[in-house]
Amino acid sequence: MKFLYLALSVATGGLLIFGALDMPVWGDPNSPANSHVSPHYIEQSFHETEVPNMVTAVLADYRSYDTLGETTVVFTAAICCLFLLRRFRKEDGA
Amino acid sequence: MENIFGHANYFIYIMLMMIGLYGMMAKKNLVKKLVGMNIFQWSLILFFVSIGAKDGGTIPIVEGAHGHGHGADLLIQASHYVNPLPHVLMLTAIVVGVGTTGVALAVLLNLYKKYKTLDEDEIIGKL
Amino acid sequence: MIQEQESIVIKTVARLLVPFIQLFALYVIMHGHSSPGGGFQGGVILAASFILFAVAYGLDEMKRRFSIKALTVLTSVGVFLYAGIGLLCLLLGENFLDYGVLPVIEPRGMGMLGIEIGVGITVMAALISIFHDLLDFE
Repeated sequence: MKFLYLALSVATGGLLIFGALDMPVWGDPNSPANSHVSPHYIEQSFHETEVPNMVTAVLADYRSYDTLGETTVVFTAAICCLFLLRRFRKEDGA
Repeated sequence: MENIFGHANYFIYIMLMMIGLYGMMAKKNLVKKLVGMNIFQWSLILFFVSIGAKDGGTIPIVEGAHGHGHGADLLIQASHYVNPLPHVLMLTAIVVGVGTTGVALAVLLNLYKKYKTLDEDEIIGKL
Repeated sequence: MIQEQESIVIKTVARLLVPFIQLFALYVIMHGHSSPGGGFQGGVILAASFILFAVAYGLDEMKRRFSIKALTVLTSVGVFLYAGIGLLCLLLGENFLDYGVLPVIEPRGMGMLGIEIGVGITVMAALISIFHDLLDFE
């Protein structure tokens, strides 16, 4: 049975390697990921938000609604652990 | 040759992903499955960060901008900085991954409390 | 449950390191918009300092100094601060989380600092809460 799983993962990896040969090479400045919206973020974020760190400018300004969702996910994970694991005792009042 | 070495980063991430996939499928212990899932997740995170790399690019923080509001006439060239977008997306993905790992461990603790084992065959047998 | 360590080396080194780790975490949060860092990273470093304290001095000692009830409240205070800044922008007549109208100097940078602090509080409290709940089970 383990050989089936090994063959399955090797086949998936082989297909992905076959597909990766068409990806842009390492550090290509003209790759699709580096050429659509990212030049706008790099060139305009400092003038538009007055914040030197582009990562924070994108995280907290352009995509701040997204970050609100991510923060809610972390909050939900903490609440899930609380309800799954924590014992509520009368004497603690916790 | 350029085809092989130019894509070596993708091959490394695909091998990491194969390790994670095999661990998730073949291991019977649920904690080992969780470790496999984390390896899989890290292969994807490394893949996304490596997409943003640029030859001759530096970290995405504007050079020469001392404090705020100064240097509004600064000329910023896109070829000089790496792509900040994958960094942003993966930064949040890492923290959310920690949260999901915590919830998964909490579920496993409750499973162990109820069935006294973490082997999936034994748990299915006890259902 | 983590017990208090016997070794005096571990306890002394942890006692010396914890304040500096917390200071560095606050630096990472406050300078998140002009140098590498931000709310997520600073919150994780802040949580790591409390976890180091718990590893060296035991979970009970950490609970005595930082009550778990306060931690649970702090987890939601961070999200509330984040959404509150967004609602404040809405009340002042702009879009949700559009910081340009906040009545402070450099409104965009200060708005980002506010939500970074909210993110930092939430991540710190959530990570310590998960750590505590996983260890305090049974």
